[in-house]
Amino acid sequence: MTEILRTEGLSRYFGAVTAAEDINVTISEGEIVGVIGANGAGKTTFINMVTGYLPPSQGTIAFDGSPIKGMGPRKLMRKGLARSFQIPQLFLELPVIDNLAIALSAAEHRQFQMIRPVRTPERIKAADEILEQMNINHYRDEMVTAMPQGARKLLDIAIAMLGNPRMLLLDEPTSGVSMEEKYTLMDTVMEAVRQRGLTVLFVEHDMEIVQRYVSRILAFASGEVIKDGPVDEVLADAKVQELVTGKHHRTPEKEGDA
Amino acid sequence: MKLERTELSLIGVAIAIAILAQFSPNWLVFTLTLAISTALVVMGVVMLMRAGLVSFGQGLFYCLGGYAVGLGGRFLGITDALVLVGLGVVVTTVVAMILGLLMTRYREIFFAMLSLAFSMILYGILVKSHGLGSTDGFGVVDWTLLGFTPGDGQATTTALMLALVLALAIALFLNRYFKSSIGLACEAIRENEVRVEYMGISHRKVLYINYVLAAAVGSVGGSMTALAAGHVDPTMAYWTISGEFVFIAILGGTGHVAAPFIAALIFTLVRTYAVELAPNAWQMILGIVLLLIILFLPKGIWSLFTRKKGAAS
Ligand SMILES: Nc1ncnc2c1ncn2[C@@H]1O[C@H](COP(=O)(O)OP(=O)(O)OP(=O)(O)O)[C@@H](O)[C@H]1O
Ligand SMILES: [Mg+2]
Repeated sequence: MTEILRTEGLSRYFGAVTAAEDINVTISEGEIVGVIGANGAGKTTFINMVTGYLPPSQGTIAFDGSPIKGMGPRKLMRKGLARSFQIPQLFLELPVIDNLAIALSAAEHRQFQMIRPVRTPERIKAADEILEQMNINHYRDEMVTAMPQGARKLLDIAIAMLGNPRMLLLDEPTSGVSMEEKYTLMDTVMEAVRQRGLTVLFVEHDMEIVQRYVSRILAFASGEVIKDGPVDEVLADAKVQELVTGKHHRTPEKEGDA
Repeated sequence: MKLERTELSLIGVAIAIAILAQFSPNWLVFTLTLAISTALVVMGVVMLMRAGLVSFGQGLFYCLGGYAVGLGGRFLGITDALVLVGLGVVVTTVVAMILGLLMTRYREIFFAMLSLAFSMILYGILVKSHGLGSTDGFGVVDWTLLGFTPGDGQATTTALMLALVLALAIALFLNRYFKSSIGLACEAIRENEVRVEYMGISHRKVLYINYVLAAAVGSVGGSMTALAAGHVDPTMAYWTISGEFVFIAILGGTGHVAAPFIAALIFTLVRTYAVELAPNAWQMILGIVLLLIILFLPKGIWSLFTRKKGAAS
């Protein structure tokens, strides 16, 4: 399988805090990788560095064989790297359809057009399609503020996919979503991912969900990847059980991450 | 190109005003011209507001437009009104392209204060320029329009006609602009800059283009004011004038391209009468009006129209 993402010695420090330390990860095209780890383990920091939101303190990142360190989210999106957010990053006071239409016009490199409406028939059609696929088409003309958390998560992911990425990094797609909804949400997302043949890395706290959707796990603890391998192997690992899954009680979800 | 309803209405209203103006007293024609000119500057404020920025210095571009007309007539011997307006747009665009490089780095109060600072710098320079009449300013030369020289009593109406045509063209453009990719990108930046960047859109570039356009539109308002009033002075760049533009923008709201025109007309009429009826209290009246608008119509006067539409459907 061809390699799509590779990080070497990737580290990030916030003053005395080590958010990520010496992360060496290689991901192949088409892989679905789960990222687990306690609160503050460095999962979001890892995604932030890979997608250009946060400059690493040390180390290198290569996407599709070429170095991408120092490139911002805008450039990386054009290269095919997309993400969703732990807290959905949406245009709250705009209709759902416009959230998508703006993304589509940007994907077409038409973001500076001044006369043509952003809502072209083609974009409306494309937006309707993805809304339907994500099962949130009934919110089409509502403001994002009218959407419940689960629907916002799906919209956030839909927007990420509109840029025609090759790899998608999902930061806790099911956080803040009720137990019953989680599986429907993940089924919907994974179906869309499969259809597009994307490589996916997603952060998840719920081990049942991880087991159900991924073939490989990266386990984070204190900024380091303590185990990387097939699902069963990682979940059976003593250190992972101690630091991530075992008797660990999750603290309530933090708000405020990017 | 098919015209949509808003566009037909704008054209219809402009024609109606043009016809009515032929039978209106001079003072009304003049007031209308000022209101339209003011609305154009306010339109610039609205363009910035849609992107989440409040400018307390739009008077800078208003003043540049005005002085370009004054100076172009006086020192360059230009008499054609359209050329003078064009000169204002060129000068303002150049200035805005330079300032925009800095301004687009700032948000919120910093943007507001920096815009105010730049306008006050221009004010300071003009006040110190004795050759340009210092605080008194100077008169604008008699102008022509496409070879036509307005005779006595014709200048006011001619100015209104020109203002109408220019304002209509700008309103038609902005009506489309607000719904275009870049227009929505501005609103998206107001809502969430992080997501905008992750969509592959440079928020700096979008804000820059929007800033320069807003300045250019504002300069047309300044130029038209100068042509209609026949006089320019440094108060055009003074911060209270910029404050009035923000006031009118809030009064009208940012929801529709027609809102600044309605708000500017109301403002100009209220001020004209309030100054006469209550010379010492008119600013208080304006303050109370603003308070009521913010409390009861936070999206501006325009929300009265949309609300009715919503209730009817
Ligand atoms: N901008 C920042 N400034 C300072 N410290 C930070 C910053 N961002 C993250 N950190 C710290 O880095 C560490 C890793 O944080 P990160 O958000 O990556 O964790 P996470 O694994 O995503 O946790 P969670 O499950 O709560 O989302 C934490 O100790 C956090 O407090
Ligand atoms: Mg996180």
